[in-house]
Amino acid sequence: MDFTWTPEETAFRQRLKDFLAKTLPDDWERFSQHGPASPALTEYAREFCGQLAKDGLLTPHWPKAIGGEGLDPWHQTILAEEMWIAGEPRGGQYMNVNWIGPTLIKYGTAEQQARYLPPIADGSALWCQGFSEPGSGSDLASLRTRAVREGDNYRVTGQKIWTSYATLADTCFLLCRTSDDRKKGISVLLVPMDTPGITVRQIPSLIGEGDIHEVFFDDMLIPATALFGEEGQAWEIIAYSLVNERLGIPRYSLARSALDRAVAVLQEQGEWDGEAVKIEAANVAALCEAARTASYAIVTQRAKGEGVGPESSSARFATVMAERRVAEFVAEYLPEALVDAHPYLKMHHQRGIVAGIAAGAAEIQLNIIASDVLKLPREPR
Amino acid sequence: MDLSLNADQIAILDALDSLAKPYIDVPIGDHNYALTSEALDRELAVGGFLDVAFDPDLGTVTAAIIIERLARLPYTTEAAMTALVRPLLGDDVKGPICLVREGKPNRPFRFLRPGATVVMVGDNCVCSMEVAADQIRPEPESLYGYPMASLLVDPEFSLLKSHFIDPQQVITRWRVALAAEAAGLLAAALASTTAHVTDRQQFGRPLATFQALRHRLAEAQVRTNGVYWLALKAAASLDAGDAALAALHAQETARIVVYDYHQFLGAMGMTLEHPLHLWTYRLKALSSELGGRGAQALAAADALWG
Repeated sequence: MDFTWTPEETAFRQRLKDFLAKTLPDDWERFSQHGPASPALTEYAREFCGQLAKDGLLTPHWPKAIGGEGLDPWHQTILAEEMWIAGEPRGGQYMNVNWIGPTLIKYGTAEQQARYLPPIADGSALWCQGFSEPGSGSDLASLRTRAVREGDNYRVTGQKIWTSYATLADTCFLLCRTSDDRKKGISVLLVPMDTPGITVRQIPSLIGEGDIHEVFFDDMLIPATALFGEEGQAWEIIAYSLVNERLGIPRYSLARSALDRAVAVLQEQGEWDGEAVKIEAANVAALCEAARTASYAIVTQRAKGEGVGPESSSARFATVMAERRVAEFVAEYLPEALVDAHPYLKMHHQRGIVAGIAAGAAEIQLNIIASDVLKLPREPR
Repeated sequence: MDLSLNADQIAILDALDSLAKPYIDVPIGDHNYALTSEALDRELAVGGFLDVAFDPDLGTVTAAIIIERLARLPYTTEAAMTALVRPLLGDDVKGPICLVREGKPNRPFRFLRPGATVVMVGDNCVCSMEVAADQIRPEPESLYGYPMASLLVDPEFSLLKSHFIDPQQVITRWRVALAAEAAGLLAAALASTTAHVTDRQQFGRPLATFQALRHRLAEAQVRTNGVYWLALKAAASLDAGDAALAALHAQETARIVVYDYHQFLGAMGMTLEHPLHLWTYRLKALSSELGGRGAQALAAADALWG
């Protein structure tokens, strides 16, 4: 058991820090308050990710054969941590490199890989994820958006909701129903967002501008070559995708960084003198570090090529606990941060609310822990 | 970074599990608060399990793993301080080891018995003495799941054996030992509770199928897992901040889960017939050590942010 980074990993982290210091604009912290899906940040992310790609830092964890450097999951973790600590200047493109790309690599046809991987690898693509529907959130398998085969096309009708990046994305990773079988009737279509029949409406959100949308599909016709994997294979594909996404967002890193910043501000303001604030800060730090080490235990499994088990849900819930407590700490001890006094803390607060909801609600994680880690008998349905 | 057990650690845990096999069940009819075994103490000593941290190749992480595993047993043994603090004091110091903060000798101590070593930890010095029978008073009425005794003397530092070591190092290892032991106790208490709610049927189905219990137990698993990893990280780094965070998270988690577990056992959780108290009432004892949660938090804040 080893809790230290190798010199090479430490150097990789420093390389990322140097890149960020050199590349991010001087007013980045204020700028990053634009939501991660806002037009301003999305536009900046194209420039930033292009630069990352040129320096070999956008997809270093991808296989060498398709433009990566074949680096291990620890490097992917370091990369994700440094980007999140910096307020995720990759914007929505984090999703591309974390799970869209790896999923294309695993399940895509040669034609799909040739079409979609290069724009991800050069930092110019933006995807959105057509999963949730008005009646299908945690119960994703109940989704109703339907794709009916008509000759060489699918005709798609239905509605998605809570979709991030939908206004600006060029492609949608769309789940739709191709038969009535609850899970085996769901398929993935890769849909260009300029396809006629798609309407996007933004929903104002607490996360920031441009983060949540409704997407309507009205008799949209899409060539059958848009089918990703086999018909009915979506459940297997998204299980693979979500494992990558759950591990791909090291929210504990930004949470801990925001806590450190909050303490520094309190110290500067002469408000770091009471025991109550110190006790609360230490409790919050314990939750951040518990989430970090629990997550590293999962990365260990990945790095060894072992399957990631249900314990990943435990690490994920630990991260939710940490994220919330940091946000609560800031609201309690630095209320001016939620106005506009400390952009970095406000940015964390806006994004923190997502932690327990996106990529599988926290309650679903608890269900998985109860059934698959603690081995409790399942609830009757 | 590699959080998996290495080959040595796997082999040691296998050997420890074999040794502990006769001690994984509570003897029928034993309804005491504390459960100890001289045979277990002896076998651990003979096997050298508590000496691993003297060997730099095995180190403090291996010691913490052993402490955690032993704490899961219904039988209790003074493993934590012997395995983690004794290597600082020297191999001539005999266990069980009872650590005392200067100025706090009036508290009941775990494993204090004739022949035990009391280690006084002051701000500037660390001293020890082997206690005699007339210097202690056993506390058989104690509610804790440990054998407890009080110290009848207030040791004068000048009369004790001096150890020329940094008191902060002792306190850091004390915190790591506390967290590692708590991690094992928390894991065993959780396992005991999940076994009960799985077997116990009410309203025609196992209690474990009710979400009111499932989610609280799942959250307890998340916290317990966190205590385990923080304890091992602190054992690896021996950093004052890591150790304080680990001890804090352990004491905070104990506070949060102990009454839930008894609650989930219903009336069974109020009896001495069920072994749950062996772990939970040990956690209560650990909750007060080193000044409790507030003191750990202040120590952590000081180490992290000054």
